[in-house]
Amino acid sequence: MSLLAAGLPVAAVPLVAGLLSSPVGVAHYLVVGAILFTAGVVCMALKRNALGVLMGIELVLNGANVNFVAFSSPYLRGEGAASLGLDGQIIALFVILLAAAEAAVALAITLNFYNNHATVDIDRAEDLKG
Amino acid sequence: MADFLINTVGLPEWLAWTITAFVAAALILNVIAGGALVFIWAERKIAARIQDRLGPTRTGGRFGWLQSLADGIKLLAKEDLMPEGADGMLFRLAPYISFCASFCAFIALPFAFDFVGQRLNVGVFFVVAVLGLEVFGVILAGYASASKWSLFGAMREAAQVVSYEVPLGMCVVVPVMLAGSMDLVTIAEKQAGWITNWYLFHDPFTFVIFWVYVTCAVASVNRAPFDLAEAESELVAGFHTEYSGLRWSFFFMAEYGSMFLVSALAALLFLGGWNGPIPVATLAGLSEGTGDTANYFVRLIGCGNLLLKATLGVLLMMWVRWTLPRLRIDQVMTTCLKYCTPIAAAMFAGAMLWQLAFPGGVVRGLSRPAGEIREGWLEGPGGLSPGRREPVPQVGAAGGMESQEVVQVVP
Amino acid sequence: MMTTVLASVMPVAAINWHSVLFLLFAAVACACAVAVVLAENVVRMAFYLVLSLAATAGLFFLAGAEFVGAMQLMIYVGGTLVLLVFGVMLTAQAPFVAIKTSSSDRVLAGMVGAALLAVLLQAAFRVEPWRRPATAAVAAPAATPIGMALLGVRADEPAAGVPAAAVRSGYLLPFEIVSIHLLVVLVGAAYLARAKRRRTPRAIDVAASSVGPVVTARQAARSSASALVSGGGR
Repeated sequence: MSLLAAGLPVAAVPLVAGLLSSPVGVAHYLVVGAILFTAGVVCMALKRNALGVLMGIELVLNGANVNFVAFSSPYLRGEGAASLGLDGQIIALFVILLAAAEAAVALAITLNFYNNHATVDIDRAEDLKG
Repeated sequence: MADFLINTVGLPEWLAWTITAFVAAALILNVIAGGALVFIWAERKIAARIQDRLGPTRTGGRFGWLQSLADGIKLLAKEDLMPEGADGMLFRLAPYISFCASFCAFIALPFAFDFVGQRLNVGVFFVVAVLGLEVFGVILAGYASASKWSLFGAMREAAQVVSYEVPLGMCVVVPVMLAGSMDLVTIAEKQAGWITNWYLFHDPFTFVIFWVYVTCAVASVNRAPFDLAEAESELVAGFHTEYSGLRWSFFFMAEYGSMFLVSALAALLFLGGWNGPIPVATLAGLSEGTGDTANYFVRLIGCGNLLLKATLGVLLMMWVRWTLPRLRIDQVMTTCLKYCTPIAAAMFAGAMLWQLAFPGGVVRGLSRPAGEIREGWLEGPGGLSPGRREPVPQVGAAGGMESQEVVQVVP
Repeated sequence: MMTTVLASVMPVAAINWHSVLFLLFAAVACACAVAVVLAENVVRMAFYLVLSLAATAGLFFLAGAEFVGAMQLMIYVGGTLVLLVFGVMLTAQAPFVAIKTSSSDRVLAGMVGAALLAVLLQAAFRVEPWRRPATAAVAAPAATPIGMALLGVRADEPAAGVPAAAVRSGYLLPFEIVSIHLLVVLVGAAYLARAKRRRTPRAIDVAASSVGPVVTARQAARSSASALVSGGGR
């Protein structure tokens, strides 16, 4: 942490100090969610490995979950902001459950694909190409 | 403690919290490290006795009680080797991941009423979940070592731990159901009083499921007879074949930490937590509110109680290890899927039905009235607040009607 | 060092540990998510993914959603564990360890990703109430209301700004649907991943016939795979 602060330009010090001292709001969580989501989308688009694509999906769902939890959290609610209440947490729970189910099925499909093609490169899945 | 630092010493708030956090972390770390030292020595002695040997006798005096310390120094001085084809980063990180997982689970583990790193509303769940993370270090170690023995060990461990988490979860749910809370402190509090209040003796189903829990716990921390990940007669040393020196000792500490953890969890869930078999403190007139010093004393004794129970659990695991032969991998899977899981499910249903059939307990005065348990859902930490007790039935009735309407839409 | 620098800027007593922990977890989550994209090796990708998911669980704990955080740790870690194992299994042979992406694809993906991120951040900062710092000091979070809601009974306080309590219903029906869904997935995954008997040799056996021991390793791993899948899909 100290290394990080030393490496940053002096102008960034007030920013860091502000982040460290001010309470966290919903927007902070939204930024994290956005970064996770973007990383997931890029991962899905970029990887040719089927497992990599799966990991991208997990990241995207996770990013969405961060947003749900942030909106439902009573800790983060600012003055006058609306809140999802408990609903956000429950939706996040359902998303986690369905992500696990999706991972199981997708892995089974990947395994079958590997059995038939001896690779997990999704660009090789072109049997139906006309 | 933070209050003491703020009010009496006069430190600023954030500094007080920091110091408190570090002291708590150091205490937990010492429990793990010190526990590992004692347990390794105990394991040597017990193994020796069971095999009709003497075990360590010279190091540090009569019983060889400094043997583990000597081992530790030897490990520190050993060269830290890494195989040529290894994945360097993962190879170096794996032991720490294992150890961190084991350490993190201790955060939510209460040692006595107030002696808990962070009292969590979902304590049981958290401990079980974090304990499952430990296997990651093992798998990464097995993969990163670039050795067939290690990979075999890691694969076995993955299959075993993921499978055994299912029955383990089911066993853990039963005390949660009886206490009406996932908070470990609340669960232990509910078992206060005489030994008959322990959930082990709550009904026949809990008695059976305790032994299922013991089996699954031994399997989930990879102790013999389920130690297939490091089966030394087949896999040299399994996942830690390529490790040496300090890194290897981290795996060892994680293993002993987890053993202690599952034993303490068994004590909290089934064996009354920090409550002794006889409510000595209550009989002597010491109870909450008698005074700070007396309270502290009671809690200290409770802490000793819990440590004693957990240690007994660890000793049981050692006894089992040096008595039973190792299972084959298919036998391990059969034990989990064909025996532990169905038995746990049946016992779970049984315990639930027992609650319905004998809400007051079979013998009055021995079991706790179920009404008290139901109250727990609404009151106390983790439940709905006491002030909201009145409106709850109304909300419940309204919600029930709504859900019925929703269900009727389906066909 | 840090404190001296900071002390010149602001009073040290103002350090907010909640924010510090948030920054820690958020940094780990984001850095590891980016590392997943950049890594080539499947096992390392899975490792970073696990770190990212675990840090997100930490964020959930900080936001007061303890139950969701614990669920995240338990289920995602179980699921990702399976990913990891499959990664090792399916890429055990040398030609399949890294499937490279071309650098032009990387540049393109980076640009599209940056654009997407810009849009999302713009949306996040656009709404003024979201930017306000948290004010509410609230009671301890409870898992009980979540359990009650899943049983179709809403016992929690209505959220501020939601006028009609009549629209608030429980989640019994979605809960049942998800249960059935998980059961179906369990059966389906076990069916898809089952070991098949074939008369003709599979492509994988032909490919692996040159290296003897690897085949046995993979077969041993695959026999436990169906058990793993059912474990991960719980």
